[in-house]
Amino acid sequence: MTSPSTEPKAHSHGLGEIPFSKLATHGSFDVNDFPVPNGREEEWRFTPLRRLRGLHDGKAVAGGTDKVDVDAPEGVTVETVGRDDARIGTAGFPADRVTAQAHSSFEQATVITVAQGAVPERPVTVNREARGGTRYDQFVVEVKPLAEAVVVLNHTGTGVRAGSVDVHVGEGARLTLISLQDWDNDAVDVSQHNAQVAKDATFKSIVITLGGDLVRLSPKVAYKGRGANAELHGLYFTGDGQHHEHRSLIDHNVSNTRSRVEYKGALSGKGAHGVWIGDVIIGEGTTGTDSYEHNRNLQLTDDTRVDSVPNLEIFTGEVEGAGHASASGRLDDIHLFYLRSRGIPEDEARRLVIRGYFLELIGRIPVGELREGIMAKVERKLAEHE
Amino acid sequence: MTKFEIRGLRADVLIGEDERQEILKGVDLTINSGETHAIMGPNGSGKSTLAYAIAGHPRYEITEGDVLVDGENILEMSVDERARAGVFLAMQYPVEVPGVSMSNFLRSSVTSVRGEAPKLRQFSKELQGAMKNLAIDSAFAARGVNEGFSGGEKKRHEILQLELLKPKVAILDETDSGLDVDALKIVSEGVNRAKEGGEMGVMLITHYTRILNYVKPDFVHVFANGRIAESGGAELADVLEADGYERFVKAGA
Repeated sequence: MTSPSTEPKAHSHGLGEIPFSKLATHGSFDVNDFPVPNGREEEWRFTPLRRLRGLHDGKAVAGGTDKVDVDAPEGVTVETVGRDDARIGTAGFPADRVTAQAHSSFEQATVITVAQGAVPERPVTVNREARGGTRYDQFVVEVKPLAEAVVVLNHTGTGVRAGSVDVHVGEGARLTLISLQDWDNDAVDVSQHNAQVAKDATFKSIVITLGGDLVRLSPKVAYKGRGANAELHGLYFTGDGQHHEHRSLIDHNVSNTRSRVEYKGALSGKGAHGVWIGDVIIGEGTTGTDSYEHNRNLQLTDDTRVDSVPNLEIFTGEVEGAGHASASGRLDDIHLFYLRSRGIPEDEARRLVIRGYFLELIGRIPVGELREGIMAKVERKLAEHE
Repeated sequence: MTKFEIRGLRADVLIGEDERQEILKGVDLTINSGETHAIMGPNGSGKSTLAYAIAGHPRYEITEGDVLVDGENILEMSVDERARAGVFLAMQYPVEVPGVSMSNFLRSSVTSVRGEAPKLRQFSKELQGAMKNLAIDSAFAARGVNEGFSGGEKKRHEILQLELLKPKVAILDETDSGLDVDALKIVSEGVNRAKEGGEMGVMLITHYTRILNYVKPDFVHVFANGRIAESGGAELADVLEADGYERFVKAGA
């Protein structure tokens, strides 16, 4: 289900002059189809390979353990399955060598299914605490037609982790997937989220990255029918020496689909590095696409680094809306002036503005308890930098 | 009884890295509590710069002079210290601060200025009352500071802050601009409520005489070319209404 102009070359015989997207909508499940990266490749040039601890060159051998707690309300089943389960890997190809490595090496997968028409009364929560070592994982989230659910993947602990989350949002269904990267500060996490959004379905992804030494997360969306809608919201707080990289890809391969991507980050401290790559493809022959992507970075100290790259490829003239924006900078001194002109001391004014920056996004999380829990985590992280 | 004095004030606007321009060229003015001084003048004469420079806006730099509140020089204070010393600026273009709720902002502000946190229940009652007086829907308390507010809504919220913070000196920078007559009346009533009791001095900066029908000035000053060109009583406003600012613009050119 990729745009005709983005099919892998091997499948595109006879397509002649049709433009070919540079963006990676294709891939492979076999790690051997990808050469070991050297860091100069487009998809690896921002990632410090040395800190991947062998995920990229086959040296990271599986052996780590996780403690997993699942809370599944009525209408939801959660299964642990082996390599041979047919539901694994059905929403998209691994787009890079690490994700392919995870697919080649994983032993167990977790499959979450929300029954047709079910509206679970509380979120489905998977608390995963990594307890060291290297581990490859696969998750599948399948929301059957007309169901409405919130799924929370909460990642904590330490270790080296890589894997995929395959998401199917059925016709007319609604899924909010919240992925919290609340790792210890020495963890490494490389993962890919593949979402297939069916006709009239809405997929909302909320990615919150606070922890880890290196986190590289690639959410990808493809559409299976008209009226499908995807909103990707991301929030990261990148502290001293942390590398947080988010690479979204929206493939508008079907007409009358909508996407919104909004990622906001704050960076503080020496060596904090934030990367945002926002790829959007509006496929050949499609009409009525409505797309917008946006990345903002708040650099709280001068020794931080941001790379923010929106890529928009349009292969049709019939677009309803397509735009992108990217802005990085320091706290707005006019915001601070306004609050201080009302007597609020500078420290407190800074705290208010920074919290406001995050609250704008956290406010979109549908469940009040989750909002508070996430804000508490953000508060903890902020407190380390004040 | 408060005495607010501006003495020989000169200030530059900072345009770029190495570019600046002198806007205020020696301003002298004394405002006692209970008094309302209208500062009137043509566009570009420096009226707003006077307001912002006193408040400590980062785009302006004071090069000479003093601003005293009861003899204490507020120019040696930080922006927030000036506010806590009793100086309030109602801005012409209030700033939007996304994600910070109006109620949270107002509580922080009132806590800082009063020196102690008001009791939650009491404060919420006080806030609701003040909002009602200004015909502000209570739903605004949950919205981001000035976020997506119309021009008139922003001005009303400036006066809401004025009423809650009860400053010694209120500087109103073209609070009347962009308001229709109904909104102007509501805002003026708010200013008059804050003036009741005679403990607040008001510097009312305006381009038009219309607001002076609702907020009565004791003194009128004509501001031109970065300084006060002429001072008089309320009757001076009528002269300006009839003759315009032409005489002052020419004099400075």
